[in-house]
Amino acid sequence: MSEPAVAVDGLYKRFGPVMAVDGIGFTVPAGTTAGLLGGNGAGKTTTLSILLGLLLPTAGAVRVLGHDMLTRRFRALPWMNFSSPYVDLPHRLSVRENLTVYGHLYGVRGVRRRITQLAEELDMGAFLKRPVGRLSAGQKTRVALAKALLNRPRLLLLDEPTASLDPDTADRVRTYLERYRDAHGAALLLASHNMAEVERLCDDVKILHQGRISDEGPPGDLIRRYGRETLEEVFLHIARGRDGIAYIYDMEDR
Amino acid sequence: MTAHPATAGGNPFRRMGALVLRNLYLVRSSWPRVIEMAYWPTVQMIIWGFITKFFLTHSSWLVEAAGALIAAVLLWDTMFRGNLGVAVSFLEEMWSRNLAQIFVAPLRPWELVGALTGISLIRTLIGVVPAAVLAIPLYDYSIFAMGLPLLAFFTNILVMGWSVGLVVAGIVLRFGLGAEGLAWLAIFAFAPLSGVYYPIATLPPWLQPVAWALPSSYVFEGMRAVLFDGVFRWDLFAWSVGLNALYLGLAAAFFLGMFRVARHRGLLLDVGE
Repeated sequence: MSEPAVAVDGLYKRFGPVMAVDGIGFTVPAGTTAGLLGGNGAGKTTTLSILLGLLLPTAGAVRVLGHDMLTRRFRALPWMNFSSPYVDLPHRLSVRENLTVYGHLYGVRGVRRRITQLAEELDMGAFLKRPVGRLSAGQKTRVALAKALLNRPRLLLLDEPTASLDPDTADRVRTYLERYRDAHGAALLLASHNMAEVERLCDDVKILHQGRISDEGPPGDLIRRYGRETLEEVFLHIARGRDGIAYIYDMEDR
Repeated sequence: MTAHPATAGGNPFRRMGALVLRNLYLVRSSWPRVIEMAYWPTVQMIIWGFITKFFLTHSSWLVEAAGALIAAVLLWDTMFRGNLGVAVSFLEEMWSRNLAQIFVAPLRPWELVGALTGISLIRTLIGVVPAAVLAIPLYDYSIFAMGLPLLAFFTNILVMGWSVGLVVAGIVLRFGLGAEGLAWLAIFAFAPLSGVYYPIATLPPWLQPVAWALPSSYVFEGMRAVLFDGVFRWDLFAWSVGLNALYLGLAAAFFLGMFRVARHRGLLLDVGE
């Protein structure tokens, strides 16, 4: 059996008195999509930051594409990429200029050709020459995704990948991501508050609560196990406890 | 793992070149930035040019080398621009919330340091060369007449600017954008100690050892030796090179240390005041 794209074991991260990640462990096999769910402060962004090498853990082991991210992250970084609404691209540079810079940073062969290809696939041709600062939120999301796909990553970390997209574009992006994963055997790790998106894209879901994995499994299994109809209801059940969800249903019945 | 099918493998010069390209795109997109780079060195040169004209009729010291003040102001601005080229280029990434994107690319921190110095060189040339050229018709003085010694002075003073810029960038990385004012202010602490416009012997005796610990002091003394005595002082040059090598190494180590602290504390994503 091949090595998983992501293998996290006994991961802890403490910020002063706060334990942001409290002993989690999980794997993401190649060719699959996993989702990290959780409320604000649950530990999703901290976990993604550690996987990207932006943050050093207090304890634990992180292997990405077979490489130890604590000691050999530069062996893994050319093979991975990420997109997040919490970071940005230089606003004065055009879309093409930004993608060119990142193409060179990732050592992409045939940068111009790759940008043209992504512009077609993500429908960006109309604003390729426009400064990033003059794009709509939805256009920026597509540009961020294009940047994340420039180097044809084998591991793609996505934080709210369809934020600000209209339903039609969001659906096309999800389809694109599924095709990309299947065509390249890539692993996708998704942090999202859009439960319908997670249900559709993810083979496996980890629900984080106060830095711990409170439950995990395929979305369908979780829904059945909790006797709910959607993943959103499962999420609310775990986040608020059984009484909280009963209260919501009670309010809806009135 | 075999070579990535989409990439040309690890080429540090291509990655550093990518960051230089990013800054060239930025400069190209904004003429006010180019004008701002050249504006202050030009204004400084004009002011000191007129002061020189005045002192030529009142100072026998300056009569011996009429260009000393203009050359000093241009070299001082080289150090100032060298510092800004590193510190402000780094700040640009923080202002545009681009820092995390850069650090998850396969760009090693030392490659970032290399790229910042390359960007600084370009920004300094854009800023200082027009002022130096303008001094020729305005005051009939060409700093280029110094010849090869000018290259030695320029390189040394630029490298000292890089050291200051790297320390400032490290402090901003650690303490956030609240410390960004240091990019413009910190370097001025070195002006009175470097003997930009006067010999180091002018300083009080207790302060002179501090001055002689700075590479810039050797550059300005060396410049005066060329202009007044027509001698290139190899001893001064060797001291400035040695001290620069030491300080640049320490400054780079400081920046990389702050980068490691930032990775511990989660500061690379949380960029702000």
